[in-house]
Amino acid sequence: MRRRSHWLSMGLALAAVAARPSFAGDLRDLYFGEALYQAYQGQYFDALERLDAELAQHRRVDEPERDSLQYHIRQADFSVGDFELRYRMHLRAGRAIRAVLDAAVEQPVKNEAAFRLARIEFQKDQPEDALNALERIHGTIPDGIGNDIEFLRANVLLALGRPADAVEVLRRLQSAQDLQGFAAYNLGIALLQAGRTPDALRQLDKAGQIDSRAAPTVAIRDKSNMVLGSIMLQSTDYPHAIQAFDRVRLDGPFSNRALLSSGWADASAHDYTKALVPWGTLSGRDPTDPAVQEAKLALPFAYSKLEVYGRAALLYGQALDSFGRELDKVDTSVKSIRAGNFLKALVREEIRQDNLWVVRLRSLSDTPETFYLTDLMASNDFQTALHNYLDLEDLHRRLLSWQSGFDAFDDIIRLRRANYAPLLPQVDARFRELDSRMRVRVEQRDHLQRRLQDQLTAPRPALLATRDERLTLERLRRIGETLRHMGGDTTALRARVQHLQGVVNWRLYTEYPERLTQAYKHLNALNADVQAMQERYTAFVRARQAAVHSYVGYDQSIGLLRTRVGAALGRVDALLARQGHVIEAVAIEELTARRERLEAYQIQARYAVADSYDRAQKQHDGGGTP
Amino acid sequence: MRKHFLIVMSALLCMYAQPGPADESARAQMKGLDEQVQEVKSDVLSIAADLNQLEEKLLYPSDTHLAVFVALAHGETLRLDAVQIQIDGQPATHYIYSFKELDALRKGGVQRLYSGNITTGAHEIQVSVSGKLANGKDYSQSGRFPFTKEIKPKLLGVSLAGPESAQAGIHLEDW
Repeated sequence: MRRRSHWLSMGLALAAVAARPSFAGDLRDLYFGEALYQAYQGQYFDALERLDAELAQHRRVDEPERDSLQYHIRQADFSVGDFELRYRMHLRAGRAIRAVLDAAVEQPVKNEAAFRLARIEFQKDQPEDALNALERIHGTIPDGIGNDIEFLRANVLLALGRPADAVEVLRRLQSAQDLQGFAAYNLGIALLQAGRTPDALRQLDKAGQIDSRAAPTVAIRDKSNMVLGSIMLQSTDYPHAIQAFDRVRLDGPFSNRALLSSGWADASAHDYTKALVPWGTLSGRDPTDPAVQEAKLALPFAYSKLEVYGRAALLYGQALDSFGRELDKVDTSVKSIRAGNFLKALVREEIRQDNLWVVRLRSLSDTPETFYLTDLMASNDFQTALHNYLDLEDLHRRLLSWQSGFDAFDDIIRLRRANYAPLLPQVDARFRELDSRMRVRVEQRDHLQRRLQDQLTAPRPALLATRDERLTLERLRRIGETLRHMGGDTTALRARVQHLQGVVNWRLYTEYPERLTQAYKHLNALNADVQAMQERYTAFVRARQAAVHSYVGYDQSIGLLRTRVGAALGRVDALLARQGHVIEAVAIEELTARRERLEAYQIQARYAVADSYDRAQKQHDGGGTP
Repeated sequence: MRKHFLIVMSALLCMYAQPGPADESARAQMKGLDEQVQEVKSDVLSIAADLNQLEEKLLYPSDTHLAVFVALAHGETLRLDAVQIQIDGQPATHYIYSFKELDALRKGGVQRLYSGNITTGAHEIQVSVSGKLANGKDYSQSGRFPFTKEIKPKLLGVSLAGPESAQAGIHLEDW
């Protein structure tokens, strides 16, 4: 933590390596798309929940290569790391990416995984691990990340206290358009850390003149000029300090500090008339800004140096009034924070809808507790604490909602049981009856099928006789039997019977192929009906099971989840209170420091206003310099 | 005044300042809390996963589950205001989009617009879209699509595109 604090305090530019979701191209998995939809809205809890579930399911299936997520599996592994990082789960971030690194994948994929892992390790404040990950990169680099890898390497080297190595890396990135400004500024800082101050100043001067309209580049240009100007001011090179401060935009975040510093550079060069310009501009700005408060003292100081004591006395008086009002504001803020209003303001929904919510807080008329805390809120540690508080608040809301949901689940189950339980015995009894009838019919069908199958190997045309034919043949057989036992000459009659039997058999044998075809057609029709019946049977069985499953077997899982949610809610609430207390304590500490500074200003202003009136009076009386 | 000047100078150069012992202590406290917050986040994510499974099993059993997803065609500039879904002539959902949601769709995200239950067999879905085109003109479009619900969960993907797109209109895909 200490090391990161140090290099962060040096104001390294990190924007270019910020994590971003990796999805691009055709979508094959809707649930992965859904996770991205949540992530693009900054809802990383929901995105992680969705993606974790999807990845777990993908790893459970027997043939993952046939799963739709397979097409996006690398992006999914990378994205889960990104989402965890964005959701400030640094301890967990990187697990999925490490798995990619250890898997049997092509080297370019491993290279991208190593880069992403390095980025995570770096943000976890583990630069040694980040460098180890970067050293695993070799061979073909995927398109679009080459410069990002080198920029990250330079930042890691700086974090490891190897500025000379970082300089070499950053030099190679000076022409990279996507890092314009960032690479230039960081090179200046690396040179400064390497003890090459003249080179560093030349580089920061260069970074401070980059021509760009891109907001991040313009912001980093302002930062370069602030650092350069401050160093020049410290080394009493006032003209160059003024030049650097004057390059800072008048409407940027560094504007107030630049105006104040520019005035001090003029004043240090004894050019008080010139100092009046930036300080005059600054003193009319937001009175809660520390630079503006400084300017309210610095402006009359310049007038007194110019021996315009009357004007100086007047401005000191105005400064006194302003400091008094600001002290009241600070006191109101402290009181309001102690009443818990700061934390309430932080979780206001309309504020959180806005990306610039920290800035917007100040514009809320009924949130005096936030007037003095914008600078504090912009600090890295405070931001982490603040976001953790907001995340905990979000978890608290979710857990509460889930807790109330369990009662609804219980209701659903109770109603379903009340509906199905009395019906099922009658349904089951009727089903058993139908089931036995069905079995008989299916057996009949099977018997017919077997007989027809046998016809193919051993044709028996008699089996395909119609009912009438079977009756006719039976009658003829009985007549033949009767004739055989009759006395007298029955030869003609027996011949006639045989002839008739021959006619029927002739028909059976000659029509056998058509009859067999017809029989198969009938069997197929029967099969279709049996299949439809079996489908209905299966549907019924499924519906029967679903009816039972809709209310049986949930008690244990709901009970377990209810306990887990209750326990988690207890932990979240305890952490929420502790985190809130830390935030309030830090905020009050900041406000106390601001109060002390305002009081010191007030004392100086009181002394100075008296002194200025005195000098003005003497000037008026004597007409000369006191 | 010289002292005052030095105070100002030190304030200006605060970006080089090292943290003091009090800062270190506060930071250590914040770090400890941060780690506990991360642990509780992990816990709650795991609860959410189990709860989702339970909810899906209880409310949307696989044999009746229908989910409708919405995506914008790649590079689409249509400003989507609302989407309405009817299933078999009955209103299923009517969704109005915020700027953030629209932005997420434009970046390639997919929204699960509807989850519900239907019987197996043939059905019809009607998708109605309203919004504004890049030139500021109002845009509305509607489409009816038949689909068959089988025993497994049914996932329908609706892809939307304005008239200027190569794949104009509403497209339904069975996933």
